[in-house]
Amino acid sequence: MTQDSTTAAFRFGYGLPLPANAPTEPASMLAALRGSDSMATTYPGPQMADLTETLLRADASLRTSRRATGEAAKIARQDYRQAIARLEGVTLLAAKTTIARALDAPDGLRERLVQFWADHFTTVARARRDSPLPATMVEEAIRPHVTDRFADMLKAVVQHPAMLGYLDQSASFGPNSRIGQRRSKGLNENLAREVLELHTVGSGHTQEDVTQMAELLTGLTVGKKGPTFDPRRAEPGPESVLGTTYDGDDLTAVLKALDDLAEHPATAAHLARKLAVHFVSDQPNADLVQALTDAWRNSGGDLLAVTESLLTQPAAWSRQQAKARQPFDFTVSALRALGLDGADVMRMADDPFRQMILQPMAAMGQPWQRPPGPDGWPEAAEHWITPEAMAARITWAMDMPSRLVNPLPAPEALMTRALGANLGERLAWAVPKSENIREAVGLVLASPEFNRR
Amino acid sequence: MDRRLFLKTLTGSACSLAAHPLMTTVTLAASDGSAPLGDHRLVVVILRGAMDGLDLLRPTGDPLFAGYRPTLSGPQDPDLTGYFSLNPTLEGLMPLWRAGQLGFVQATSTPYRDQRSHFDGQDILEAGTGLDVPDASVRDGWLNRMLQSVPGLRAQTAFAIGTQSAPVLQGPAPVSNWQPDLRLDLSAQSRLLLDHIYHDDALFREAATEAVSLTESIDLSRTDGMASPPAGGPLADTDRLTDFAAQRLRQDTRIAAFSLSGWDTHRNQQGGITPPLRRLERVVLRLAEQLGPQIWDKTLLLAMTEFGRTVAENGSKGTDHGTGGTMLMAGGALNGGRVLGQWPGLEEAALYERRDLMPTSDVRAWAAWAMRGMYGFDRHLLESSIFPGLTLGDDPGLLA
Repeated sequence: MTQDSTTAAFRFGYGLPLPANAPTEPASMLAALRGSDSMATTYPGPQMADLTETLLRADASLRTSRRATGEAAKIARQDYRQAIARLEGVTLLAAKTTIARALDAPDGLRERLVQFWADHFTTVARARRDSPLPATMVEEAIRPHVTDRFADMLKAVVQHPAMLGYLDQSASFGPNSRIGQRRSKGLNENLAREVLELHTVGSGHTQEDVTQMAELLTGLTVGKKGPTFDPRRAEPGPESVLGTTYDGDDLTAVLKALDDLAEHPATAAHLARKLAVHFVSDQPNADLVQALTDAWRNSGGDLLAVTESLLTQPAAWSRQQAKARQPFDFTVSALRALGLDGADVMRMADDPFRQMILQPMAAMGQPWQRPPGPDGWPEAAEHWITPEAMAARITWAMDMPSRLVNPLPAPEALMTRALGANLGERLAWAVPKSENIREAVGLVLASPEFNRR
Repeated sequence: MDRRLFLKTLTGSACSLAAHPLMTTVTLAASDGSAPLGDHRLVVVILRGAMDGLDLLRPTGDPLFAGYRPTLSGPQDPDLTGYFSLNPTLEGLMPLWRAGQLGFVQATSTPYRDQRSHFDGQDILEAGTGLDVPDASVRDGWLNRMLQSVPGLRAQTAFAIGTQSAPVLQGPAPVSNWQPDLRLDLSAQSRLLLDHIYHDDALFREAATEAVSLTESIDLSRTDGMASPPAGGPLADTDRLTDFAAQRLRQDTRIAAFSLSGWDTHRNQQGGITPPLRRLERVVLRLAEQLGPQIWDKTLLLAMTEFGRTVAENGSKGTDHGTGGTMLMAGGALNGGRVLGQWPGLEEAALYERRDLMPTSDVRAWAAWAMRGMYGFDRHLLESSIFPGLTLGDDPGLLA
């Protein structure tokens, strides 16, 4: 195992051992990205269209249960619980699917890019009925666009029910729109602010830009049949965002503004840095950031071109493991090292899956799909390697493998297989000195070189 | 990890304590008295799910009360003021009330109005913003903003405890988080080997060292002879949480925050509210016991919730999301034995939207007065950065 293939697996994938036919150098990694998304068909993800009926049923039965009395209320409550159980079932299946894809994908980089952009466009379910929405947005608005133009992803996300609900766009009305006037409703700036501050330019905008963006976005909402543009909610008149005026109270004006934001120089600089921080180092090399910024600007925000620039920069292949694996990354890599594959995870019953995977991830500081805010998970290694999280990581490393695989892998073979060229002398010295195989396996998975990337 | 620390934790010998960098700083801070927040301890408990303040602190002296609440009031409730009585589940708190170490603020709320969503309500309670909608640009909690204004803090000064995150304490200022049920059951040999593999990586070495010391310290607190053993059964988790908080607060921690949930009592409230009330009572009593009189005298606990519940019972012997609620305060540092806040009355016209208890004070103001009394924060700082837009009003004299 060469240093570069080890780096490819740690930095641009979900660890070692690499799946069969996994590309490990830039040209073949990019070729894989250009090729078809095999994991999307091997393990299909949730689609909004399949949920609409259940969502409507949940809402209708909840309304009935509040209004009705006696037997009717009881039936409505039962109906509601069934609908919620089905929605939560979809959510759990989507979590398994995400892990199964990460384990089996020959192009691990695609899965890593999906995770990166899903975090960039964080949504969190605000009610039990909404639990499958974040995963659905990733499936429909993020995943298909990780090699497209950033504008395509941005436009898909901003029109997705998960985002429209999470950042309150559905509660925003043009104060002078027909509905705004009739019901004295006004703007909710939440989505507008985050589109500028988190999703695109990052800084350099004013409160006036936020207000204008909010007025421009009015009309976007979630209707009975899904996302829609309702002109009766749209603020009349032109809006000016970052110096450009958008005329027309329709979806076209909104999409034009998002196109412009996606290619804005500040967006290029903001996201170039964010990509470098996520993939390479919390303190990224300036040349790397500049190269990514240039690639973004020269290609008009073409994500494949930006990824190519990332993979071809020398700084992206430094052997230093500057980042901490986030708990999701740690968990997938550990399952892979232990020899589990996607089918194993899909076969796991719900309770063991929660106990052995989701709950430990929460204890390590990363509850599944519940980041602290719309800015997603923190990047800094110091955030993840805390006393609390280390207690959880060490405990998982020592206790969980023997519940997941029987017999446990031979520790010294595991050490080489899981760490490749990143294996350090201290770990190599310590593993054979463990009292038993369980603790030896635990040492490998708890080691700095396994928990960094 | 430092080999000697592992050896220390194995043998329980204290002689190598000074060699441990973490322990050394603690000792120094304690000995030169330079702890930036002084001696006072502030414990903030977030009651998630909208605690029914009218059930905790019952206005049994109001003739309208029993009519609103046929199944949620009783003539045998322990009397507090002649007008208010205490939910009988909390009878164990009466000695604290008589000692002036328990108090309440009634008809208080955050600035949040009308939507009555747990999610937004808790956001606003913990962000401490002055708006009645969540302010997306404020991502830190008010306790963290308080810490941001204190120079020289260490992460150990403030602890967020429990598996549920405590946004009230999160933000740029250094804060520690811990789940009291985390265990590190390691063999002696594993500890030595972990020590070896973390040796060259400062980030991992320090985190693991502290993890070991924290898990060890909990076990030590169980055998130090001053406390009764933790309960089994339904209160076991509560005891672990409280014991951990007490154990930190006895040392150099000054701020602790955690949450208790289970308050969303839409149906059969009489039964449903009993377990969370028992947990709340247990937290207060056990904290007092575990801290010991000297530290308890320097301690104030504030238990607050996102909003209150409807004045009238609903059709299923429960209550729905409301507005004005109740804050519970306890501690030796409290000038208690009082029910504070202006009582708005229960006449229909006096209710908020003719359904909820009318809030007559901003819950942030009470927290601000507590922080000012305990740590001397400047009025302007409290009204502008810690709680933007707050008007403190007159000093209610919360501290004994």
